[in-house]
Amino acid sequence: MITWTNFVSQLFNGLALGALLALISSGLTIIYGTLGVLNLAHGAMFMLGGYAGYVAYEATGSFVVAVIAGTLFLLVVGVAMERLIIRHFYGRPHEDQLLVTFGLGIVMVELVRLFFSSLSKTVPPPQLLSGITSMGFLFYPTYRLAAVGIVAVALLAMYIVLYRTRLGMIVRAGIEDPVMVDSLGINVYRIFMIVFGIGAMAAGFAGIVNAPVASLTPDVGEAILVQTFVVVVIGGVGSFPGAVLGGLIAGEIISVTSMFNPGYAYVMLFGAMTLVLMLRPQGLLGTKGRE
Amino acid sequence: MLRQRPYLVEALLAIGLIAAPFILPHLGFAPDTVNRILVWGLFGIGFDILFGYTGLLSFGQSAFYGTGGFVAAYLLTRAGFPYVLLALILGMIAAAAVGFLVGLVALRRTGIYFAMITVAIAEVFYFVEFNPLAHWTGGENGLPGVPAPTLYLGFATVHMSTGWSLYPFLALCYFIGIVVALRIVRSPVGAIFSAIRENPLRAAAVGHSVHTYKLAAFVIAAAYAGLAGGLLGVLQAFMPPDAFTFETSGQLVILTAIGGRGTLFGPLLGATIWLYLQDYLQGSLGLGASWKLVLGLVFVLLVAFLRHGIIGGITDLYRWVSGRAAPAGTEETASLPGFEIGETQDASAAGTGRAAAVAPPPARRRPAPGFTGPILHATGLCKYYGGVVANADIDFSVNRGELRGIIGPNGAGKSTFFKMLTCEVPPSSGKIVFEGRDITGKTVTEVCQLGLTKSYQVNQLFNRLTVRENLTIAALAELRGKFRLDLLRSLRTFPGLREQVDHTLELVNLVECRDTPVAQLAYGEKRRLEVGLALASSPTLLLLDEPLAGMSPSERAETVTLLRSIGEGRTMIIIDHDMDALFNLAERITVLQEGRVLVEGTPDEIKSNAAVQEAYLGGVHGVIDE
Repeated sequence: MITWTNFVSQLFNGLALGALLALISSGLTIIYGTLGVLNLAHGAMFMLGGYAGYVAYEATGSFVVAVIAGTLFLLVVGVAMERLIIRHFYGRPHEDQLLVTFGLGIVMVELVRLFFSSLSKTVPPPQLLSGITSMGFLFYPTYRLAAVGIVAVALLAMYIVLYRTRLGMIVRAGIEDPVMVDSLGINVYRIFMIVFGIGAMAAGFAGIVNAPVASLTPDVGEAILVQTFVVVVIGGVGSFPGAVLGGLIAGEIISVTSMFNPGYAYVMLFGAMTLVLMLRPQGLLGTKGRE
Repeated sequence: MLRQRPYLVEALLAIGLIAAPFILPHLGFAPDTVNRILVWGLFGIGFDILFGYTGLLSFGQSAFYGTGGFVAAYLLTRAGFPYVLLALILGMIAAAAVGFLVGLVALRRTGIYFAMITVAIAEVFYFVEFNPLAHWTGGENGLPGVPAPTLYLGFATVHMSTGWSLYPFLALCYFIGIVVALRIVRSPVGAIFSAIRENPLRAAAVGHSVHTYKLAAFVIAAAYAGLAGGLLGVLQAFMPPDAFTFETSGQLVILTAIGGRGTLFGPLLGATIWLYLQDYLQGSLGLGASWKLVLGLVFVLLVAFLRHGIIGGITDLYRWVSGRAAPAGTEETASLPGFEIGETQDASAAGTGRAAAVAPPPARRRPAPGFTGPILHATGLCKYYGGVVANADIDFSVNRGELRGIIGPNGAGKSTFFKMLTCEVPPSSGKIVFEGRDITGKTVTEVCQLGLTKSYQVNQLFNRLTVRENLTIAALAELRGKFRLDLLRSLRTFPGLREQVDHTLELVNLVECRDTPVAQLAYGEKRRLEVGLALASSPTLLLLDEPLAGMSPSERAETVTLLRSIGEGRTMIIIDHDMDALFNLAERITVLQEGRVLVEGTPDEIKSNAAVQEAYLGGVHGVIDE
């Protein structure tokens, strides 16, 4: 039976999932916007962040260290991946870029499977945030509540970097026109590397923050990747506010539909995407003509 | 290569398929592996038409594989339908119908968006199979007990079950699949698919309904996937729910990329390697679950270093080895298989081909009935980009048979004006009437079909196709209209096509390099081809946007002669900065400045017009020319 409390609790779940999707999608969308590469390994990066955090947690027992380790590890992975592989694909057709990132995603997933097996791993939430919080009319897991806040802070940090710093200004200019940025004397390849690193870092951060909520398996990134695609299509490619809005919409649709019947969650999500494509093909906050 | 003789590919394939059961067991292939390779190969044929030929990379083919598979399996198990073959065909039709509906949504966007949307859609199918439709599909249990086909030969009944007894049936399905696919890629539709892959914008501008053709490719791919899905159920005697997973779509993409896209046989080769290595790594090397890691690494390396897959690599190697013997220029890049250039071309015409010596193709004679007056009449045309005024209040009229020149300083709005006339961009306000028909708001494809087209300022060619293939694409638009689904018709025997293409080749003086891929042409040759593409669709009104830009003086002289000859019996409007040439060619000149018509008149009037001199020379009075 659907009760009022149940509904509000699902709204919170939607908010938590939405914030998470927003963070992952914003990484995907700024990478695509700037580099023109759709990173099909993005889901695998999310998963990798979780596992890097898990290793750090096992070694130190500290959740904070786990979050830092997961995030930094993915920054390194992102930068290395851009320098060693992605860079050689800028001049090649979109399809080749899709194929190579897709392949890299498989390699990451299978490497993790090799070392950690397919069995699920768990990272418990920190002591301080474990347990359940009473919100008057509703009891809600404390960590989930905190995760919304943590992700919101990360999104805010991303916003500040993108909209309030010199680097962010260059990145946004690069999304509009990378060739022009290059001709203005800014080393656009260095920017590409940084953007890829930031995008990967956001995915990794999301991966470890989400680890106490859902247990880790090597395949955890696949579903997330598909959801982020929908988020980006709804929000508009290359738009940070679009990713946030799209993420929240997708999160709520999935959660609220699941309350009635989880089997229809994707159908509703897809319905929303179709609606957006019909009414506003460039996405809710997207710019026309950007493909 | 192999394409020179008709039916050679088909014959070789038939021999290979017949020989396979005698050879492959000695190489360590289990019969079941061979059967699975055939199913992947068949699945891949359709995908290759979509990805390799039309250039649309879908990550959602599992949706159609699963649909076809489950429809066929449902009919054969739960519904108790007795005819296996008919059930497979019904599954294929269901997949094609679903493909049509999905295509309507997915093809609203291109490129990256298209890839993302197909992924999302396929995921929906997966969840729908598992949950809302679990009653029909068996949910996570799938549908067990799918029967194998039985063949009544009159005197005997052949029961197929598994292994080699099923092989002839699957091999026959694959063979038919390839024969049909070869017909498709050698048909006019196949040629247009390649054009869409190379340059969708130009394919639309020469008059093909790009969106409809893409949808056709999408439905073809879905139909192949549906049939393959049905065969998967027959092969395993069980329809597994994981046919619907993203992994299925992903593996199809991988197999095709490994084997070589745009070859039709790539997926079969890719599947052979993939499944063989999988058996080998898992079995002989005892790698267990990490076989996928090895294959993932192999795939990444292959994408990085062997861009056209294994078949592409072998072709490149073959060319490289035989390259010294063969004369330069004979290589075909991404050639349309329908073109075999015989020795019928008159060699003397090829050697001397002076542009002016050839009569231009006649303009299409199909004006609106009872129509007289100006062929083109634009009133009050405006175009704003935000606050920027590109064109304002342009009234413009051209009479039939006229050769009009348009000049104006950079940024005067000349190209925007042309784009509005050809309906590439909609005007902010105003009206365009062509041959008495209001064409405002029509698409560039429709307008080209009416007989109005343009050559672009920046070359818009089909780069990996040859010169002849480029012109064929344009000529097909005139001969076939904007859309026709003649999938099984041969391009080679298309009436009137060869004449029209040969004629245009001579006219733009490109006979000698007719079989050269565009990417290898010199700049001047590309410019002439650009004009040729517009010309090959026999327009009544031809717009040329800076046809002389970037040419050397001798190339200019040659092109001016060309323009003069094609202007006979045709209406043309030419934008150019070469005023000597334009004053020479045109009967009347329109001068644009800051988005407006400054003045219009004969070349002599323009030369002596004070306002024009002011615009160009900033107030220095005198004669522009000389």
